[in-house]
Formats: sequence, C-alpha cells, structure tokens
Amino acid sequence: MADRLGVVLVTGFLGSGKTTLISALLAHPGMGETAVLVNELGEAAIDHHLVRRVDERTVVLGSGCICCTLRGDLQDELRDLLARRARGELAPFRRVVIETTGLADPAPVLSTLVGEPLLRHHYAVEAVVTTVDAVSGSQTLDRHPESVKQAAVADTLLVTKVDTAAPADIAALEARLRALNPVAPVRQVAFGAIAPDDLLRGRTRAVPAAALAGGEDAAGHGDGRHAGDVRAFTLVLDEPLDWDAFAVWLTMLLHSRGLDVLRVKGLLDVGAAGPVVLDGVQHVVHRPRHLEAWPDDDHRSRIVFITRGIEREAVLASLEAFAALGRTARATPTGRRSA
Amino acid sequence: MCPLCGALLAEHWSDADGAGARRGRVLRTRMVRRVLAGFGVTLSDWGGTAYVLHDGKGRAEVVHDLTTLWSEAERLAGRPLDPLDPALVAALRRSDG
Repeated sequence: MADRLGVVLVTGFLGSGKTTLISALLAHPGMGETAVLVNELGEAAIDHHLVRRVDERTVVLGSGCICCTLRGDLQDELRDLLARRARGELAPFRRVVIETTGLADPAPVLSTLVGEPLLRHHYAVEAVVTTVDAVSGSQTLDRHPESVKQAAVADTLLVTKVDTAAPADIAALEARLRALNPVAPVRQVAFGAIAPDDLLRGRTRAVPAAALAGGEDAAGHGDGRHAGDVRAFTLVLDEPLDWDAFAVWLTMLLHSRGLDVLRVKGLLDVGAAGPVVLDGVQHVVHRPRHLEAWPDDDHRSRIVFITRGIEREAVLASLEAFAALGRTARATPTGRRSA
Repeated sequence: MCPLCGALLAEHWSDADGAGARRGRVLRTRMVRRVLAGFGVTLSDWGGTAYVLHDGKGRAEVVHDLTTLWSEAERLAGRPLDPLDPALVAALRRSDG
C-alpha cells in the first residue's frame, strides 16, 4: 500500500451527496495531491485541477458474472493517469477519488482494481465510502436494491444532509445501516464536512466491536419485499482456523454463492501472533493482510457476512465440516493418498 | 464462473504470503479430493505449479488456483458444487467421522 496510489471509491444513491462530499474533501489541505474521476461534470462542479470524466462503460466477460464485470472506462482512465503522470503531463498525485453514478453497482469497480494486474500493481483500494441521504435514505433502501449493495460494500457509511432531517429519523436510519453493514462505522455529515482521516482509515480498521455486540444475526430492516432478504451475521470461532481448509471452503462458497455474499470481512486467527484481515465483495477478494498484533484482547476469529438469502446456521455448519476436513488432511501422513 | 477471478490473477488471494507452499498444496489437494469424491471428479497436484482435474470419462483440465478449480470441477461433474448443500456437509461429516 505504501508505494501504491490510494483509491477512494465514493458511492451512494442518486442525490445522496457524493459530489458535495468530494468537493468538501478536496478543499482539505491533506487532499491536495488527488486526481478525481467522475461520471458527470457540470451539475455540481468540482473545483479541482485534476478532474476527469469517465463514461460508464462495462466489459461483460463471457461468464456474464456481474460483479466480475470489468469497467473498461476505469481501466482506460486509470492507465492513462499513470502514463501521463509518468510523462510529467500531470501534477504528481498520490490518490485517486472515483465517484460512481448513483445507480452504479460498486462491485465491478472493485473487481477492476483488484483483478486487473497492471492496476493492482499501481493502485490499492484505500476506502469505500457510501453516502446515504438522511431524509430519503430509508425509502431508497426499501425500493432500490442497488442502494443496499452500495451500503453493504462500504468501509464507512456517511449519513448526509443531517441538517435537514429529524433526529429520530436519523437515528432510525443509522440503526438500520448498522444492522445492514456491521463492519462499517456510520457517521453523520452535513455539507460534506468531514475530516479525510475519518474516511481513509476504512480498510485498515479492524472489524468493529459493534459488529459482534448482539449481532449474531442482525437482519436488515425493510419491508421484506425488496431488501428484506439481506442480512448480516457474525461467526465467532474459538479454535484457530486452518488457512488451507478455509481457503478451500471460501473459494467454493464464493464460486457457488458469490453473488449472494455481498460482503465478507473478518479477522482470522490462523495460529500466528496477529490476525489475518479478510475482505471480500461477492467474487472479489482483496489480498489478505497479516497484522502483527490483535487490536484487542479477543483473539478469536470473527467473520462478518452480509448475505442475500443465506442463513448463518448453514454457513457455520459448512465451515465446521471443512475445518474437520482440514484436521483429517493434516493427520494423514505426507505421501499417503487420501480417498 | 468468472474468468477474471481466476485466469487473470497472477496471484490468487488464497496464496498470499506463501500460504500456497508445497505442504499447503498437498493439504488442499487432499481436501478437494474429499469434497469431489461424490461427484465423479478427482484432483492431483501437477508438480507444485498447477492442479489437474480428472473425470471418469477420461477428461482432464489443468487449473492454476482454487477459484478456477471449482468452476472447472463443476463443469466436469455436470452438477452444482455447493458447500452449503446439506447432503455434501453430511457426507463430509461422515467421511471424517
């Protein structure tokens, strides 16, 4: 991460305050060396010297898998930024902010950044920030599955326009967002006024303790017709995880159910001094990171899943069966073929 | 399944930090073989650099990581491979019991 350019993805439904947020962020002294990629220019102009417009253009791969769709527009722009930076045609920049359209699925953006070798070499996702309108956000979550997905992939959730909403409504929306995505802190913001540091620690942050507090099966709110089958739950495992068994299991799970695993994020005890940080969105799994130490005294593995129509009990039973498989595999002497 | 997740990735996420070293590959091969036992597909490690899937009809597929492994195995098996399938979970428990 240290020598790669950070990418901040700002997503959120139509009119939820993405542009206002970006404009305010760019005015902050700490955000000076930043390039910006937006879908629309003009409506709410971003006053910045390095703003580029990208047409949303996707490349659907043969599989037709939506989350693995390559965003060809982003590929081109991000490569072009690198080339022009190298030629000295652009002022040096350390970070790129990408604003998605309000209806965009953020997963293909992440897929492009994580799956494309050249981009992965030069860029690293720094934070995914999702804006949610304090007044209309709840209704949007009810009616538009895209907004549920945008909330699920967030590292930080921003409730915007809090100056225009009743405190009780804001509190209800925040509770709903915490249930939907327990791994993302929820913050309030008006006119985009928030310190960059409060947003950019998203990916380095451990799984919040709030994700574990009574959240064993924190079903999302909603009327049950649109977003009601999205739920978040946490698995807490007392025994250290066998990484090889876990990798076999999770790759199979994502192969089979990846479209319905909106998010998987966790701290894993793999028997080392510190945990492994796991973070995935549907079929896209970021490179796991080893931490040197645990963030608190609880050294158990804890994995938060945000799923669509998948029950906690089924996931836990399956993981336990694969963990037992791992123990058996390890107990078999090397050189002996198992059945 | 997605070509992007497998074919274009120089390094699969599960192999981060050398976790896919020889011992790990042996263990993974054993585990996958168990999972696929009821599907008429088997797996072998090919020189520590790739895996080879075989079915009973003599077909073979070379794969380089776990993600592409499952999609190819499913194609050879001709039916879905779902780790949440209660029948598969029960079968794995029996085989470990």
